[in-house]
Amino acid sequence: MGDSILIKGGMVIDPKSGLEEKLDVLISDGRIARMEKEITPSEGWRLVDASSHIVAPGLIDMHVHLREPGEEEKETMESGLMAAARGGITTLCSMPNTDPVADNPIIIRYVKWRAEEVGLVEVLPVGAITKGLKGEEISEIGSLVAAGAVAISDDGRPVMNSEVMRRAMEYSTMFGIPVISHCEDLFLSAGGHMNEGPLSTSLGVKGIPSEAEEIMVARDILLAKLTGAKLHIAHVSTAGSVALIRMAKDMGIKVTAETAPHYFSLTEDAVSQYNTMAKVNPPLRGEEDLEAIRKGLADGTIDVVASDHAPHSMLDKDVDFERAASGISGLETCLGLLITSLVDKGVLTLKEAIAKMTCNPASILNIDRGAIGVGKRADIVVFDPNASWIVDPSRFASKGKNTPFSGWRLKGKVKMTIFKGRIVWEEKVG
Amino acid sequence: MDSRYLGKLVEEELGDRTRIWKRKDLIGLGDLSKDEIMLVMEIAGIARREPPPFVDLSGKKVVTLFYEPSTRTRTSFEVAAKALGAEVINIAVETSSVQKGESLGDTAKTLRAIGASCIVIRHRVSGVPHMLSKMLDIPVINGGDGMHEHPTQGLLDLFTIIQHKGKVEGLKVLIVGDIAHSRVARSNIWALSKLGANVFVFGPPTLVPKWVERMGAKICRSPEEAFRDADVVNVLRMQFERQRGGLIPSVKEFSRLFMVDEEKLSMAKEDVCLMHPGPMNRGIEIDPAVADGRRSCILEQVENGVAVRMAVLYLLLGEGGARG
Repeated sequence: MGDSILIKGGMVIDPKSGLEEKLDVLISDGRIARMEKEITPSEGWRLVDASSHIVAPGLIDMHVHLREPGEEEKETMESGLMAAARGGITTLCSMPNTDPVADNPIIIRYVKWRAEEVGLVEVLPVGAITKGLKGEEISEIGSLVAAGAVAISDDGRPVMNSEVMRRAMEYSTMFGIPVISHCEDLFLSAGGHMNEGPLSTSLGVKGIPSEAEEIMVARDILLAKLTGAKLHIAHVSTAGSVALIRMAKDMGIKVTAETAPHYFSLTEDAVSQYNTMAKVNPPLRGEEDLEAIRKGLADGTIDVVASDHAPHSMLDKDVDFERAASGISGLETCLGLLITSLVDKGVLTLKEAIAKMTCNPASILNIDRGAIGVGKRADIVVFDPNASWIVDPSRFASKGKNTPFSGWRLKGKVKMTIFKGRIVWEEKVG
Repeated sequence: MDSRYLGKLVEEELGDRTRIWKRKDLIGLGDLSKDEIMLVMEIAGIARREPPPFVDLSGKKVVTLFYEPSTRTRTSFEVAAKALGAEVINIAVETSSVQKGESLGDTAKTLRAIGASCIVIRHRVSGVPHMLSKMLDIPVINGGDGMHEHPTQGLLDLFTIIQHKGKVEGLKVLIVGDIAHSRVARSNIWALSKLGANVFVFGPPTLVPKWVERMGAKICRSPEEAFRDADVVNVLRMQFERQRGGLIPSVKEFSRLFMVDEEKLSMAKEDVCLMHPGPMNRGIEIDPAVADGRRSCILEQVENGVAVRMAVLYLLLGEGGARG
């Protein structure tokens, strides 16, 4: 793209290099051309006033359910990628539980092609671990990687059979890709709709014990030790899981972990009125779990924040609590929650928080993204860390209006998202 | 014959104490204060004493929408509503448009539009009455939702205890059986602990969630601990339809260990009151001999159910109550 953009007066934060300095940034031909204390504007350049704003690498969201192909009524590439751009995200990983499942190269290529067609955000497909997500036979991982898959996962489901998971992890080492595990013992969680505890007991709702997640976290950690695979634990929700991951890292086992904003912002109290908007899997947990997740983020046990964006149609949420679909539409509130629930609460510094969605996921995925530097591709987000806004799902770009954060006042407002040197989203003023 | 108002009798005896009731709906006893519960008890006492008919609810349409089977509760609500002069419409879900896929919300709104004054709902899923109460501007009465609550059962159980013992405070009340899946257990635990009873629960560990202690009940580990000196024993049915299976090895073993019989009751107080919300599975959780024996208050529970439901309908729909 020919047009140059000059971002003036912003605080540039690049966690990868440690840079945190007020600099002007010039973007040209899709790349970061210059970063200096003072760049004189030239004619024809688009000028962006970033004073009192942060200029950071475009965010990387490692866990997104885009719903194409097969569930376009919940989200399309157009609506999903626009939502991502609004959220300051320039690269995302799409999960394979589509219809058909992304267990073959055709679907991987389809997802990539559709994303390129829309052109707002980069989509890195995640391939299925097992065919049809059935947990029985390993998919043709080599073909998936060749078609563009950056990781494998059966997310939405665990691989219950330990032998199958072991062989999948072993096989994956050939490609050096992360194995993203949705840790849930389906037998322990069967029939459950919220966290098991005093609240589920008094609400008369069958609960899912923390152990349903922790048992599989422990199992997968041991399989990672056995196979040497790159294990990445998805949506960590319990204190026990955090403790296990910390212990595994201390033992030198190759494991990384992610959590979603709802686990560091809400507890199970959010469903105390049978509120289906807060129904999610894994479920929202207790106060001690929320504290442990925050500690895990602060001490590096949890490397990444990912939205686990799961848009649903209101038809699937406006029903009784048992039948309501699980999932939260999270692309557009991710950054705001990062700042409001973590930075503002003193759990992380702004630089540390940004790292959780830039250089950390980039390192796990082994991609040259999530960093700002001269010569790097211009994937950038400009945001005001102090501006507050009210969450109004009716104004989401995502088709998914299912969020428990409706009405919340969040700090951290995206002003502009730049992808490959092109402005793909900017705040409308006036 | 002159029109008789229950409200007039209530006003005479209780003055303006009915003002404390401001709720539109009755969803659960977990929500109610001790005073609200006692108010229902007192009005039920009046209704029990004074013979119907009354006309407080004449012109009102009480609709029962039961998605789960019921003998006692539905009939009891019907008798109570008619005793107050209301019209009753029982929706037979099996033959309604629910079979054509009509949603719960649409069904309820349709009934409202037709002129329902209040809806009594029973549903398999916890939280449905709560959901409905938010959707409708008319009173919603929970006739039993999943494992959550069965408030009118809890109230009539309480009323039965007060009738027999004169009080609730300080009594040892034992609830036996499938606590985990029982809405009756939960409603009872809330009401009894708010009124100062010492509530105990007993059953197989797989059917007694440890968090029930947070609700105010103490978990017993042996029949001796459970039954000794009990003033009230309330026996629950095994809620097979709500269990996932594999929680007990067999019904036979459950019966052998937990069936309430003469041997267990002999450990309780001499004047122990034996209760069961019904329907009974004779020979499983309760020995037929004691079910029909001298200690049994089971049929009185049913009689009291009408009076208690009259009190609830009066408070939600009558002139002196929330609408007055």
